[in-house]
Amino acid sequence: MAAKLRAPGWYRAGAFTLLGIAFCFGLTTLIRALYSYDPLIDGYAITVVAMLGAPFFFLVGLGTFDYWFYWAAGRPTRAEDHSSHGAKSWRDYFKVNTDHKVIGIQYVCTSFFFMLVGGAMAMLIRAELAAPGAQFVNAQTYNGLFSVHASLLIFLFIIPVFAGLANYVLPLMIGAPDMAFPRLNALSFWMLPVAGTLMLLSFFAPGGSFATGWTAYAPLSTDAPLGQMMFTIGVQFAGASSIATALNFLVTIITMRAPGMSFWRMPLLVWANFSTSLLVVIATPFVAASQFFVLLDWALGFNFFNAARGGDVLMYQHVFWFYSHPAVYIMMLPGFGIVSEILSVKARKPIFGYRMMAFSLLAIVVLGFSVWAHHMFVSGMQAWIRVPMMITTAIIAIPTGIKIFSWLATLWRGVLKLDTPMLFALGFLTMFTLGGISGVMLAMIPVTIYVSDTYFIVAHIHYVLFGGSLFTIFAGVYYWFPKMTGRMYDERLGKIHFWLTFVGFNLTFGPMHVVGLQGMPRRVADYAEQFAGWNLFISMASFVLGASTLVFVWNMVASWRAGPKASSNPWRALTLEWQVSSPPPIFNFDAVPTVVGGPYEYGVPGAVHGIFNSPVEAKPAGSLVTRPTKE
Amino acid sequence: MVVVGVIASAIGIALGLWIDWFPAQASTQAKEIDTLWDVLIIASVPVFVLVMVVVGTAIIKFRQRPGEELKDGPPTHGNTRLEVIWTALPAIIIVGLVIYAWQVLETIDKKPSSEMVVVVTGQQFTWTFEYPQPGGKPVRTNQLYVPQGQSIEFKIKSVDVIHDFWVPAFRIKMDAVPGITGSYRITPTRTGDYAIVCAELCGLGHSTMRQTAHVLSRERFDAWMVAQQKGAAS
Repeated sequence: MAAKLRAPGWYRAGAFTLLGIAFCFGLTTLIRALYSYDPLIDGYAITVVAMLGAPFFFLVGLGTFDYWFYWAAGRPTRAEDHSSHGAKSWRDYFKVNTDHKVIGIQYVCTSFFFMLVGGAMAMLIRAELAAPGAQFVNAQTYNGLFSVHASLLIFLFIIPVFAGLANYVLPLMIGAPDMAFPRLNALSFWMLPVAGTLMLLSFFAPGGSFATGWTAYAPLSTDAPLGQMMFTIGVQFAGASSIATALNFLVTIITMRAPGMSFWRMPLLVWANFSTSLLVVIATPFVAASQFFVLLDWALGFNFFNAARGGDVLMYQHVFWFYSHPAVYIMMLPGFGIVSEILSVKARKPIFGYRMMAFSLLAIVVLGFSVWAHHMFVSGMQAWIRVPMMITTAIIAIPTGIKIFSWLATLWRGVLKLDTPMLFALGFLTMFTLGGISGVMLAMIPVTIYVSDTYFIVAHIHYVLFGGSLFTIFAGVYYWFPKMTGRMYDERLGKIHFWLTFVGFNLTFGPMHVVGLQGMPRRVADYAEQFAGWNLFISMASFVLGASTLVFVWNMVASWRAGPKASSNPWRALTLEWQVSSPPPIFNFDAVPTVVGGPYEYGVPGAVHGIFNSPVEAKPAGSLVTRPTKE
Repeated sequence: MVVVGVIASAIGIALGLWIDWFPAQASTQAKEIDTLWDVLIIASVPVFVLVMVVVGTAIIKFRQRPGEELKDGPPTHGNTRLEVIWTALPAIIIVGLVIYAWQVLETIDKKPSSEMVVVVTGQQFTWTFEYPQPGGKPVRTNQLYVPQGQSIEFKIKSVDVIHDFWVPAFRIKMDAVPGITGSYRITPTRTGDYAIVCAELCGLGHSTMRQTAHVLSRERFDAWMVAQQKGAAS
């Protein structure tokens, strides 16, 4: 037992978590004693301090810091120890692992777990809304459900699942043996379960879970019960994880490309994650700041948002949206990358206008920072800022349009293989167009003045995040499933999943445009009688949509366990990840590839993207091998 | 394909204009916004139809047929003229829409020569309305009464958290923010009773924060106001 408690792992993590709680208890009580506060032992104060402190003890106990502590203490480190690479059984996925392929799968599975939990909450929300009046839950529970639903799906599903997919395929795509900072990568992953657990535990907090929406507007949030802090602090861990991963991607992409992999030979998925990572490192600190303000207001009476004491309520919204608008691109650009890969391979044609595709990603990154206040057209901010924000918002439609039209041109005269990844990619293309169109409508200030905070907004964000992001996530998971698991998924179940999702999605979220325009506000547990018919219809459709996810889960689990073995390149793709075995060797490439051409040269006779004739052994990251990169 | 697209767009636009999207139109501002919506429908439908028709045609015409498993498409990398067109054309449409929306915004914000002020105060979970009286105590109610055909400026405040004062039939909304006074104006055009809805999550009672706005004819409003002043004085 003593040995188990000393070795990194779950036993030590449990013991350290208890130690951390005890430490936070002691620290809080000591400080209260020094200030002679009454009562000396305050449950709320201890809980908040422990929510901040105990996760670090947990992460240390689990072993994410071991190498760094050994190194800092001058003790021997084991740079060339690869015992934590690869996964031999399912148990290995529950350990700290520095292999980007293991971490990628950890990320994807964890985020899908939170997706299922958040999706189940959506089912409860729709059950409540099936008829006017109170059905199953009271107002507190209802507000908690939609708040936790949105928070989980944004911070613990869409953002990390993209990071997970890229974690797996991006190093392979650029011909690297791993990410630039494998240990940081592991730490980034393990912060996610911490964030998700905090958010879910909020349902057990006195006063119920946080119930102020995922936007957590002050002063509602600064005066909320304890559960609010589990959002505030949970977001800090999810955000820190995001930032660390984004830095990791940037350094990996900039420094670890294989010889010959110039920027203009990178697959668009790599470009997309490069752009996303730029957004994350610049924007995410702002959401951290907004939540620290709330924390300080809530816990220590800082009055940042207390108007009576000179606080400024609108400042919260400005800081929050300065992150949360770029965040919608953080949740969409990686999907653009996935769809570009799939459309090109499945249409057997090069991406149309490759350079413009990359430039439009960068244009969205830059413009994305200039539009945040379009979320605040009715917030009471200074009136003159609305028109400039309308103009910049509308301009974003141009690079987005370039991408959509280029994808259409990629399809044109191709040889379209309409399998599951392709169906989801085409589903994305059409549904995201609808979300984009309602986005342009929402840029028009007079329209937004009418529809903001109605179901029209709910419809728009679900067309963008479900019809947009989630369709690309499904497409990507099916597309790389053979590479990640070494097995093929069931094509028939995949197609059933697509059609159920596609139809269920449109029947659920399409009518929300209508009830929104008719004047139904969002975030309400109860609504006027006139909206009853549509809401019952929407609820019914949403249960079909919910059931479609079960088909997906069954397909994934059954195929991973017993699907037919996948060949190394079932899609006849050119990008590097398909040139190695499925799943790839433990250090990705037995020979370092040399990139000799573009990634999408389909239809060019004899074209290759990378060649493997160099017999140099691929070295794992951390061994300080620098390889020359030719631009 | 072009024919299918044109027909589909025409049907889509006709449908979009025929559907009665909005609740009752009860202010001059509502008329402007509803017209802007119609213009947006006309501009949007063809864009969506274009994408659908191209995807649909590609699926029908260019799908992989048996025996084509190893076939590739032509290696087309781009077409500068096409790319210029699909950058410029949306840009022109966007510029047009933005200028028009800006005009609408100016129109609905425009201050008329005579205006009546109503102070609206939100609190968890009710609205109170104050009618300032020159040289007297303001009249306070919790039912909103406004005269038809009179431009009204709402001055919007909150005493606790953020609320949002919205009468869907008037179309305009504005957050009630603690510490600042927001404002907007509307001119009611139709007598009747309309729902007032709080449109910003304000706590557990948010969905119950609904009241009624009564638009009265000028004479009836004046009579109501006189009765209120008497009630306030006694």
